[in-house]
Amino acid sequence: MAFKVIKPGLLALVQDLGRHGHMSIGLTTGGPMDEVAFRWGNALLDNEPNSPQIEVTFGMFTLEAQANTSIALTGADLGTTLNDKHIPPWQTYAIKKGDILAFHQPVWGLRAYLSVKGGFLCEPTLGSVATVMREKIGGLTGKGDKLQKGDVLRYSLGHHHERRSVPRLAIPNYGQTEIPVILGYQYKAFSPLERANFFSSDYKVSPNSDRMGYRLEGKAVHTDLKGIISEGIAYGAIQIPKDGQPIVLLRDRQSIGGYPKMGCVTRVGGGILAQQKPGDVIQFTPITVDQAEQERHLQMARFAQWR
Amino acid sequence: MSQTDFPNIDMVSNQACLLTFGQVISDATSNYIAQVTQGLKSLAGIVDLVPSYTTLLVIFDDDHYDRFAIIKAIRHTIDAIDPNDFSLIDSREVVIPVYYGEELGPDINDVAAHCQLSVDEIIQRHSDTTYRAYAIGFTPGFAFLGNTPDELHVPRKTTPRLKVPIGSVAIAENQTAVYPSVTPGGWQIIGRTPVNLIDWGSKNLALIAMGDSVRFEPISRDEFLVQGGLLDGF
Repeated sequence: MAFKVIKPGLLALVQDLGRHGHMSIGLTTGGPMDEVAFRWGNALLDNEPNSPQIEVTFGMFTLEAQANTSIALTGADLGTTLNDKHIPPWQTYAIKKGDILAFHQPVWGLRAYLSVKGGFLCEPTLGSVATVMREKIGGLTGKGDKLQKGDVLRYSLGHHHERRSVPRLAIPNYGQTEIPVILGYQYKAFSPLERANFFSSDYKVSPNSDRMGYRLEGKAVHTDLKGIISEGIAYGAIQIPKDGQPIVLLRDRQSIGGYPKMGCVTRVGGGILAQQKPGDVIQFTPITVDQAEQERHLQMARFAQWR
Repeated sequence: MSQTDFPNIDMVSNQACLLTFGQVISDATSNYIAQVTQGLKSLAGIVDLVPSYTTLLVIFDDDHYDRFAIIKAIRHTIDAIDPNDFSLIDSREVVIPVYYGEELGPDINDVAAHCQLSVDEIIQRHSDTTYRAYAIGFTPGFAFLGNTPDELHVPRKTTPRLKVPIGSVAIAENQTAVYPSVTPGGWQIIGRTPVNLIDWGSKNLALIAMGDSVRFEPISRDEFLVQGGLLDGF
């Protein structure tokens, strides 16, 4: 029981919530760039929260179903079609043997999530299927390969299809340009003027952005701090290298680094950032740890209510 | 601040906090960080721990702790640790065989010229020193080993190499390291080890862990080949 990859697209990866507990040896976590979309995918199908899904970046990815099942589509609208009929994300669809599921190109957002009833069957490496191409770990082969033409994405048989959709209010707005930043312990290394510049300027997403980090172009931010002794890097950390152009470090980030940091984007904010394409413009907006906690609790309460 | 004072705890985000053990890189600090890392491993709701030179990043499950509860739990754990009791540390001595020389260490002549030493003296000083793994990162299994003797201090290369071959042994400033995988790199390469630094199938995954002692042992070209070393890459 499987989907067969007909067209591999630009970048389609098997992901779960990430490979945790190995950052001390320098191994990154991987995981979904848009965690909210990923969690909804599994919630819609009553899957375990960590069930493997496919993260489709940009599109040009086509699958053929070899057996009946239920899928959920969340995240970006990549102009996805089921047998040539456009199907919008944030809901479930019944799949029949022979169906063609095709992700074309971005209509709204950049990364779509495909989940299947019970999750895709994939052998974990170090406790996770998350694909990290740079570290050659995870995915279908266990060696960090992106999906290729002819790959077989297995799922288990036997289900009862239920038509479900995510409540409208819970769907993230990928058109939101303000990205919340938790002011960390190092923001005082930047003068009030530099901070004001950072939080009031437009930043454009650079084409050199990837799953490791989003590079932004705009008003340079400066600090008198030359560098710091290398220290662990949390998800969402905003590094300010010498040229003053911020880098937001995301799922495939390196484990340690020595640049000063303005703060951390939240997982919800990082998910929205990851849905922006090169050339898109965003602004950063400061929040406290307290506000970030509330945002997270609200998010998790929505999943709890759903179940 | 003395080197083994109670660390500062700062919130980094709603799922991470940073413990800072002063600003001085030393064996005492490194031992204390290793102990605290070991102690926090058994705490429920800890997702990841990233020890480094003077800090320990604690990533926690924010469905388990809020910002007050995590700090309390960390303080409680650290309170129970005596900075002078090293029995918690599971540190090993790792010996890494190296085939030194220009065939696989293309920068060794430049290093010798810079340091005003002969190639043999470079090899002798590099392999006579016992190093400490102060931090792991950059790429899986990459251990930042310190400190190299003063006579061996060289700057990084002006232009980093795009592909440093696996096993390359390199030095830069007061540090030395082995490249566990093919990556870009700007350190000065003086030799190569046939040993794997990273093995997903092994228990520890990485050959060197933070806090370990590391020594390099010169081997001949023949021994290098017998131990499975490859001559490719340059």
